[in-house]
Amino acid sequence: MIIITIIEGKISMIEAIFQYEFLQNAFLAGAIIGVIAPLLGAFIVVRRLSLIADALSHVTLSGIAAGLYLGQAVPAFAAVNPLYFGMLFSVGGSLLIERLRSVYKHYQELAIPIMMSGGIGVGVIFISLADGFNTDLFSYLFGSVSAVSRGDLYAVITISLIVLVTIFFLYKELFILSFDEEYAKASGIPAGAVHFAFIILTALVIAVSMRIVGVLLVSSLMTLPVAAAIRIAKGFKQTIWLSVLFGETAVLVGLFSAFYLDLAPGGTIVVTSIIMLLAVILWKKERN
Amino acid sequence: MEQKTVIDIRDVNFKYDRENVLEDIHLSVPQGAFVGLVGPNGSGKSTLLKIILGLLKVKEGEVQLFGIPQQKFKDWDRIGFVSQKANSFNIGFPATVFEVVMGGLAKKVGLFRRPGQNEKEAVVKAVKAVGMEPYLNRNIGDLSGGQQQRVFIARAIVSNPSILILDEPTVGVDSQNVESFYHMLTYLNEELGMTLLLVTHDIGTITDKVTHVACLNKYLHFHGSMKQFIQLDEQELSHLYGHGIRLLDHHHDH
Repeated sequence: MIIITIIEGKISMIEAIFQYEFLQNAFLAGAIIGVIAPLLGAFIVVRRLSLIADALSHVTLSGIAAGLYLGQAVPAFAAVNPLYFGMLFSVGGSLLIERLRSVYKHYQELAIPIMMSGGIGVGVIFISLADGFNTDLFSYLFGSVSAVSRGDLYAVITISLIVLVTIFFLYKELFILSFDEEYAKASGIPAGAVHFAFIILTALVIAVSMRIVGVLLVSSLMTLPVAAAIRIAKGFKQTIWLSVLFGETAVLVGLFSAFYLDLAPGGTIVVTSIIMLLAVILWKKERN
Repeated sequence: MEQKTVIDIRDVNFKYDRENVLEDIHLSVPQGAFVGLVGPNGSGKSTLLKIILGLLKVKEGEVQLFGIPQQKFKDWDRIGFVSQKANSFNIGFPATVFEVVMGGLAKKVGLFRRPGQNEKEAVVKAVKAVGMEPYLNRNIGDLSGGQQQRVFIARAIVSNPSILILDEPTVGVDSQNVESFYHMLTYLNEELGMTLLLVTHDIGTITDKVTHVACLNKYLHFHGSMKQFIQLDEQELSHLYGHGIRLLDHHHDH
């Protein structure tokens, strides 16, 4: 493996990034995801929708599996990045969740297990059709630094720009919707449309983040940094900034350990986030 | 001097399904008044508020706001509203007082626009008016129930409305703070000239604060100034309130 040879050749990671395109892809994609996932996550957590991120990541997996299968079965699809199937499924899944939440008005949380198991179920069927597990699929499940392509990077950049622009211009509407949904509606804000935009953004961010963190761990990058930030932040803007700081730190630690120790980045990102979370909780306890 | 009528309700009947909730309601609120709308639970108070706010449409009768028929009324930021529900927002939400009050300007600032210096000054002014200035950068969840309710009033008045409507604002506020809460309302009414319409089931606490009283129990049983109201004897009172009530005696020295 390239990573092994780099270590044996004792090149530093920075030098390697300049030499190898795949590392540039991984680091740029990771650094960007470290910003947008916690940014959107701040809204997701305060709206108590953390589990939706989990459900959508599983739906994304079924999209990826469908993409991998179609790439094998239909030559015309071989050139299409499975990531786009993941995005498509994720957006479709987010709309379905909204439908289910209005069908089960009094059991809104039911939408989550329905979509989660549905996503895995469909995913497993496509995986078996595509001749079972292979390394490609493994990298989607747990994240990878060596598997991020230029195309993946471009997708990450595009989605991130959309997210940043939308949040910049709809910040006050998103804030009110999160803080007090009743009031948002009563004061004449187009709550439905803003919520719709928000849920689509969430679906897209989950789909692109999964390349680095992996399907199974992507929701953690949206929730754990926020969980830490919320303990110590004054105000919502500070919550966002701290979430991004914690998220970015976790991603960088994850990428470095993937490079030097050949660990799956998703796992290290989650463990780093949890260590920061515990540190914050202990620090807060100590201070009171 | 002829006072302008800011809320004018005529001949309003309202039904949920087949059940009459409000019948034959006439209510006019003069500019600058502090009206207490009282009635027992289930008397249709909240329904009447929703009608005034345009959240429920009336089929029978007419509602005018600032002399304009409600159907044609557009300036909703002239009416501020503090709901009972303000007490049940997500308490752990990490938002400062400043951020919460800024929320009251979202509609006025408009979609896709970001608030500027003027809006920031308006927020500080509104927070000052409710006496919460020292807490501007504190998280809303760290405040007491009474303080939180003041913040929600600041959010309602930040867009500079002429009328402030409050639905049971002291629910969840401890009794020590209720008194200073009403002081603040009196300040908004007398010093800032805001017309107040306060809904409550607890008539005793408001009798020495409001200028007008309206007693609602499906029908509007009494509507007039406080002076007229306190001249009613107990029997008339218990009749209009639906069942026996006692007025606290602190208004006799008026």
